[in-house]
Order: sequence, then C-alpha cells, then structure tokens
Amino acid sequence: METYEKKDTRSGFGAGLLEAGRHNPKVVAFCADLTGSLKMGDFAKEFPDRFFQTGIAEANMTNMAAGMALSGFVPFTGTFAAFATGRVYDQIRQCVAYSNKNVKIAASHAGVTLGEDGATHQILEDIGLMKMLPNMTVIVPCDYNQTMNATIAAAEYDGPVYLRFGRPKVPNFTPADQKFEIGKAQMIQEGKDVTIFACGHLVWKAMEAAEILKEQGIEAELINIHTIKPLDVEAVLKSVAKTRCVVTAEEHMRNGGLGDSIAQVLALNNPVPMEMVAVDDVFGQSGTPDELLKAYHLDTPDIVEAVKKVIKRK
Amino acid sequence: MEINELKRVASQVRRDIIRMVHGCQSGHPGGSLGATDLITALYFDQMQINPAQFRMDGIGEDMFFLSNGHISPMFYSILARRGYFPVNELATFRRLGTRLQGHPTTAEGLPGIRIASGSLGQGLSVAVGAAQAKRLNNDPHLVFVLMGDGEQDEGQIWEAAMYAGAKKIDNLVGILDYNKKQIDGPTDVVMHLGDMRAKYEAFGWKVIELNGNNMQQVVDALRLARQGAGQGQPQLLLAHTEMGMGVDFMMGTHKWHGTPPNDEQAANALSQLEETLGDY
Repeated sequence: METYEKKDTRSGFGAGLLEAGRHNPKVVAFCADLTGSLKMGDFAKEFPDRFFQTGIAEANMTNMAAGMALSGFVPFTGTFAAFATGRVYDQIRQCVAYSNKNVKIAASHAGVTLGEDGATHQILEDIGLMKMLPNMTVIVPCDYNQTMNATIAAAEYDGPVYLRFGRPKVPNFTPADQKFEIGKAQMIQEGKDVTIFACGHLVWKAMEAAEILKEQGIEAELINIHTIKPLDVEAVLKSVAKTRCVVTAEEHMRNGGLGDSIAQVLALNNPVPMEMVAVDDVFGQSGTPDELLKAYHLDTPDIVEAVKKVIKRK
Repeated sequence: MEINELKRVASQVRRDIIRMVHGCQSGHPGGSLGATDLITALYFDQMQINPAQFRMDGIGEDMFFLSNGHISPMFYSILARRGYFPVNELATFRRLGTRLQGHPTTAEGLPGIRIASGSLGQGLSVAVGAAQAKRLNNDPHLVFVLMGDGEQDEGQIWEAAMYAGAKKIDNLVGILDYNKKQIDGPTDVVMHLGDMRAKYEAFGWKVIELNGNNMQQVVDALRLARQGAGQGQPQLLLAHTEMGMGVDFMMGTHKWHGTPPNDEQAANALSQLEETLGDY
C-alpha cells in the first residue's frame, strides 16, 4: 500500500476552522478550556474578537452558541466528544436541534483512540445520541484533509451539525483539495464480493483489510460513510445489490452507530448478511490507541475476519 | 406609555391567561399572572422593537428571551396584544397543530419567538450569546431575559452568571421573577436560595431590586437598567412578585403553578379582572 503522512484529524479541524473564518466573517468559535487540544489556537489568534473562551462550562457554551446563531452568526463549539454530547444533551436538544439553530458542534477525542485517559473521556455513544435528534446532521470524517474539508462544508451548510473527530495521528490519504459533500458517500474502491462501510479512523483500517483480502482473492468494495445522517441510502443499496453482503466498521458502540443505521436500511429494503465491527456494549479503558483498537476488536484483522464470516453467510 | 395604560394592558393579559388555560384545561396560570406586569412594561413601554416585521436575528432592535418557558400564556398574550400575531390565535393554545405550543418554540414559526424554552436554566446563556452578537454587530440595543426563581436551582444559571460578569456583558438585563415559590412548594423549603442579591453581586452583576407587581416601579427599574447599560456590568432586576397576582384565590400559594381553573373558578377569576382591550 502507498504510504501517507500521519496527521491528527483534530488538526484538520483547526485548519478548516481557520479557513472557514477567513472566508466568512460570520464564523465564530467557542471553546471550553481545550483550545490546545482542539487546535483552535490559530483561529483565536487571528480572530480574537470572534473567539470566546467559556471556561469549563459546556452547557453555557452550547446555549451561548445558539444565541449567537439566531443572531446570524455561524458558531462552532469545541470540546471533547464526551462533553460535547452527553454532558449537554438537553441543551443541544432544546436550543440547537429543536430550535434548528446553525450551531456546529465540534467534538474531538472521540472513541477509544483517545487512549490513556480511559472510559470517562472515551465516548462511544455520541453518534447515536446525535443522530437521534431531528434536524441534526452527523459527520465523521476519516483523516486530516477530510476533517478540514468537512469543517469548511459544515460552515457553509445552514443547520445544526455534529462533527466528530479524534486525537491520534492517522494516515492522511484523501486529497487536500477534495470538496466535502455532506450526505454523499465516498467510494474508496470498487469490488464485487462484499461491501465494507466504514467511518472515521476505521476507514484506513478497512483499506488495510481490503488489501489483505485482495491477496486472498476477495474483492471488497469499500465505501466511506463520512455522513452518518443524512445517510446516502442510494449508495448503500446500489453497492449491496452488487455484493450481496456487508461489513460495517466504526469506532463506536454497536448500538446507535453506523452499523445500526446501515442495518435499518438493509432490513427495510434489501436484507443481506451483515457483520458489524464495533464496540459491543462495554465501556473503554486506559491503554494506547493501538492496544485499545486491538482489545476492542476494531483493528484490521477484525475487519478481515468479519468479511470472511459474512461471505460464508451469503 | 402611561402607567394607567400599562395597567389596562396587564389586566387584559391576565384575562387572556385565565381564558387560555381554562380553555384547554392545562398550562401554568400562577407564574404567568405574577410576571405579567414585568413583561407588559417591557414590551409596551421599554423595548425598542418592530412587531410588524419580526426579525429572527433581532438586528437593530431590543431582544427578549423567556427562560422559564412554562409561563407561556403570559408571553403569548403579550406578543399577540403587541401585534406579533393575531389575538384570536390565543384560542389555539396547547391544541393539536397550534403555533402556541405548551412551551414556546421556533418549530412552528410563531413570530416573536426566537428559541425554544421549557427545559429550565438555559435562557440566560442564550441571552448572553445574543448580547455578544450585538456587540460584534455594533448594535447598541439591549437583550433582556426573564428567569424564574425555581430555575436558579440549575447549575447552568451560574455558569452563565459567572461568564456574563467575567466578560462584562453590559448590554444584558436579566429579570428574576422572584415569587419565592416552585412546583413542590416555597423555595425556602424546596431549595433555599439564600441571598440572591449578594449572589449576583458576587458574580459581578449590578442588582436593582423592585416590586415586580408595582407598574411604576417596574417602569422605573427598566429605564434605570437602560441607563446603566454599557458600564461594564451585566444587570439584574431582582423583581419581588406574587404568584397568581390579580386573582385572589391564586395568590399566596404554589398550588396554581400548573393547574387550570374549572368553570366556576375561571368565572370567579375573570370577575376580578377588567376586560380592557376586548377578549379574544
């Protein structure tokens, strides 16, 4: 496989926010005492009047952003995914989603690849929490460039957006100039034997898995579902009509995640054998990101195994 | 507007409140009646607004947020009487398909509403955000927000109070509907609020204390708050009010927080409130 420079998706967010801020003077940003972790420092430095340090007060931050949005601004709120969602679910529900305000919830350090901080910070339920809210768009980009471009797209889109990214450095394989289309699945490679739908950090793992499978004579189709909601149903059904079996891969709880969304589409339209690579109803723990991906069966070999299993079920 | 004229509007608003909650046999009359004088003076005397052409972004006008959304009958009546939407729409309150949902919402497109409220403790933060937006826009108008005293129990209120004091949000006027009652009983019993004046002052706010059911005091306090804007501090009107004000059997008790009157009680209540602007 081609090698790519490794970069963190959160830095892609920081770069995208700066670019969006330069393009649109209405873009503003709030951060709850995690400016360094969210890579929002460049925006804060270039636009000090449009950056709001809220202190460790996520509820206040979320609703201030809603108040700013209804006044015609495009606010981003920045904190860890655990505090961006679960801690402020009611604030998001009432003042962002139900009130349909143009707030962009930027959530870093999602999933087990947060690493050593452990389960208190490794939220694995956030996609489910956010996708259940009417009016909410849920985006999970896969690498630095895609996170940067997704941030720019989120700023241009009118409506609530949940943007999920992470801490570790992962291969940066999407082109820097690739425009991000919200709601449009991204074909990574075509194949005929199985479809792998992946999101976030696990897209790269799925690419590695597809390479291994190819050596074993299995041609996997790999599709990056960077937008969990609205889901690109047409792309899902088109691929499945060809391959007749599915594996999903995500750094999230099985309940409420990408696999859950795909399963709904399949059950209602075209039931085919399916396997899910996801966390199975347990909390995370401390460890290095690589150790944790192995421990929770979210690694490349797990995707390979899932593909073999699902093909046997065809 | 003259004090007597404001009192006449308030009397009609109180009639509307009773008729709305009686009509659908649900809603929150007690707090609505208690806060009527405050928000009547705000909308009919103090705020610079343009009801005929409602703007969501509030640019070039004062803005108001209702944090304690359950007193929606008062809010809806005042918005309708001020010209935001037809008065006869008050008859649809809490009925299927209405724009006048149990708690205020933007989802149905009702003019005058800028954000949903009902889940408590969130409105002050929204108002701080809107006030900061006015600063960015160099818009000299003010942002007002009404809060209940029961919702002062919510931690988020104090996140927002700390932020507004620390960041000197001086185009913001909070109004605390201090009726000292909440659903389960007196605030002293449910959750003693302590010295509210001292608490807000400790967070860096300027506090103006008043009788929130004395129209002259309300008008004076609101004018004082406008004069005090731009001086480096957020301001709080600590408004002592009486839940159920205007209807004798609804005063002095928390029992009418969320209970509608029956036919006989409604007739009794309406007999105590002069019809000044014509019932809807």
